[in-house]
Amino acid sequence: MVEFLSFREGDAGQEPAVTVESFTGQSNSTAVRIEAGEDARELLPFLDRLSLVEVNFPAYGDGRGYSAARILREAGYQGELRAVGDVLVDQLVAMRRCGFDSFRPDKALDDAAVERALNRYADVYQKTVDGRRPVWAKRHPETANG
Amino acid sequence: MYRYDSYDQSIVDARVEEFRDQVQRRLAGALTEDQFKPLRLMNGLYLQLHAYMLRVAIPYGTLSGKQMRKLGEIAAKYDKGYGHFTTRQNLQYNWIKLADAPDILAELATVEMHAIQTSGNCIRNISSDQYAGVSADEVTDPRPWAELLRQWSTFHPEFTYLPRKFKICVIANEEDRAAMRLHDIGLKLVLRDGQIGAEVYAGGGMGRTPMVAPQIRDFVPEEEIVSYLEACLRVYNRYGRRDNKYKARIKILVHELGVEEYKRQVEEEYAHMRELGLNPPTEELDRIRPFFAGPAYETGLSDDLDRSDPAFALWVDRQVAAHKQPGYAIVNISLKPRGGIPGDASAEQIALVADLAERYSLDELRVTHAQNLVLPHVKKADLHAIWQKLDEAGLAEANLDLITDIIACPGLDYCSLANARSIPLAQKLSERFAAADRQKELGELKVKISGCINACGHHHAGHIGVLGVDRKGVENFQLSLGGSGAEDASVGQITGPGFSEDGVVDAIEKVTNLYLAEREEGERFLDTYRRLGMKPFKEAIYG
Amino acid sequence: MKILTGNDLGTGDVIWWAGDGWSRQVGDSVDVGDKGDELARAEEAALRVVGAYVIDATVTEEGVRPAHIKDRIRALGPTVRPDLTLKPNDADAGNWVI
Repeated sequence: MVEFLSFREGDAGQEPAVTVESFTGQSNSTAVRIEAGEDARELLPFLDRLSLVEVNFPAYGDGRGYSAARILREAGYQGELRAVGDVLVDQLVAMRRCGFDSFRPDKALDDAAVERALNRYADVYQKTVDGRRPVWAKRHPETANG
Repeated sequence: MYRYDSYDQSIVDARVEEFRDQVQRRLAGALTEDQFKPLRLMNGLYLQLHAYMLRVAIPYGTLSGKQMRKLGEIAAKYDKGYGHFTTRQNLQYNWIKLADAPDILAELATVEMHAIQTSGNCIRNISSDQYAGVSADEVTDPRPWAELLRQWSTFHPEFTYLPRKFKICVIANEEDRAAMRLHDIGLKLVLRDGQIGAEVYAGGGMGRTPMVAPQIRDFVPEEEIVSYLEACLRVYNRYGRRDNKYKARIKILVHELGVEEYKRQVEEEYAHMRELGLNPPTEELDRIRPFFAGPAYETGLSDDLDRSDPAFALWVDRQVAAHKQPGYAIVNISLKPRGGIPGDASAEQIALVADLAERYSLDELRVTHAQNLVLPHVKKADLHAIWQKLDEAGLAEANLDLITDIIACPGLDYCSLANARSIPLAQKLSERFAAADRQKELGELKVKISGCINACGHHHAGHIGVLGVDRKGVENFQLSLGGSGAEDASVGQITGPGFSEDGVVDAIEKVTNLYLAEREEGERFLDTYRRLGMKPFKEAIYG
Repeated sequence: MKILTGNDLGTGDVIWWAGDGWSRQVGDSVDVGDKGDELARAEEAALRVVGAYVIDATVTEEGVRPAHIKDRIRALGPTVRPDLTLKPNDADAGNWVI
């Protein structure tokens, strides 16, 4: 079973993540945890000193964290972006596509199911922040967005 | 019609295998029902009142004869010989076995169909005008954009766990046949300075808080529709309410923020999104568009019709609409036979319509939100032959937009959310108003029945709407008047205390009698109601 | 009385707890007393039922009658398709649910 999953090179961030409030308030902390409903854009002025952002999923159906992740990546955040909480194997692909590169689910995941999920879809329809070329870009390799 | 390329096909095929894996895990006990439920719902599989129900998407309501035939085959092989066409341009099977569901999806995939995102808190099947591409007065055929949005919304990674379901409609006509402004987002394609773009409406919907969507933008250039929608959805995903499922739709967000503030936030996000290169290139729309270009119409055909058979003439006058191409017509097939179940079609009827589409309609047909079918490209010379075949199959009812062309949700006969049965009421009304001359006299009159507050039967948008409620364990029906799902969209008003099933049929008769007595020249029921207001109708019902 | 109902995990059929297993006939239902929730969890874990829940019912001359119309329709089948109900030859079967 998989308790922690990372797609980054090197060690995972170990520093305990602090709340957004305490992070933006003071601190020289380099790790922060965003709760569902908190505004990821509050972190944008501090991206340079961040090495770990945890995004909490209080319930699998609460999709706010997907937007939080994508907003950070769109703003150029390069550090570790970790999904924590109620993270299910069937959500890994969408989370990867929104920029998450590590996972610490509440309940450990089945290795084989993780492997299957990650390799299921060869193609995607949307451009996001994961660098995958969407189907429309493959169809029109000569165009600007392609 | 759009055809999948290898990318589209591989994505749908992968989905089938993914679901097969999920079903196997469930049947083996590796997934609990709590874990499985969101997965099956993303594939349109519900646990309903009597069995599992599978909802199949008919994207923007267009399908081929081959696809239709497959729907009939599945009904015969895996279900109890029929299917139900819904108000969302979908088809539902009521009696599915869990272990069969992956095989059904695999069969659908062979004809480029799927059940992806027909449920769940995600972007649902994109709906559109059933006359798209064949009505003379449209700005353009809206379906290329609908297909573009189908692909964009399929497995959208950011918008799969929204606060609530999300319905998008695309039309390109002043006349609205798709209830565009009762969608979470409605797009109306328009032409401005020679360029196509979309008027955008947001925050419409039915349910327990019906709202007609306000316009939030008067023009988004066609090539930027995707990034504009990303902005609309992101604001909703971040700030839509998640504390109360009845307040989670975008209409509540738009209402609580105010239209101006929602617009402001969307514009801000849009400005950001535009920089990210999210829009497919115009070449992609250019690739999709020819699939929907007019088929090879014959030219020089006659518009003459032999109307000597009065039953045929009656049907033509009611069910046939003008086509943009001389010599052709649009045929509406009623799924509202006298005393029948609105939207239900047997496997045999589905097969027949598939045959008719192939033989007489350039291999294309449409499904409508009013739970009827359309043959969009019929030569007028073939109308009589089609009518005869429909008549033999019990599909030649001539009641389009009349009082017996009733929209009804499955209600408590099938649905576990329902509080009352919708279908038996629809059947009683259909019988009460069966006389053809009486229906014709009453003219356009849209009756819509929902078996619970979720409003799948669009009762808020009915000229006459009925909502079934549970009053201490007994079915009770509330009547409302004055709704519309068309370009003059409005939400109906409740008349007063509710009725028994027979009582509401009587009340509707009183309402229609008052209309006949009070109408002025050329007025539809809705027009008379709007002119007179609720008071006289209330008096006629309760006085 | 309290009876236990749900759907067969594999077929989706409406089923009723009959004391030693599940039945498709509501008339076979037995009183589960206060053991319903416990039974439901065990049977769900054994993959024999999905969505199990306890309802009120009474015993009448016609047999076990669920208290709520929704469960009476579940017990019979869709009233608008008598041919698909459990009593396809009984023209009045639909009246039983009201």
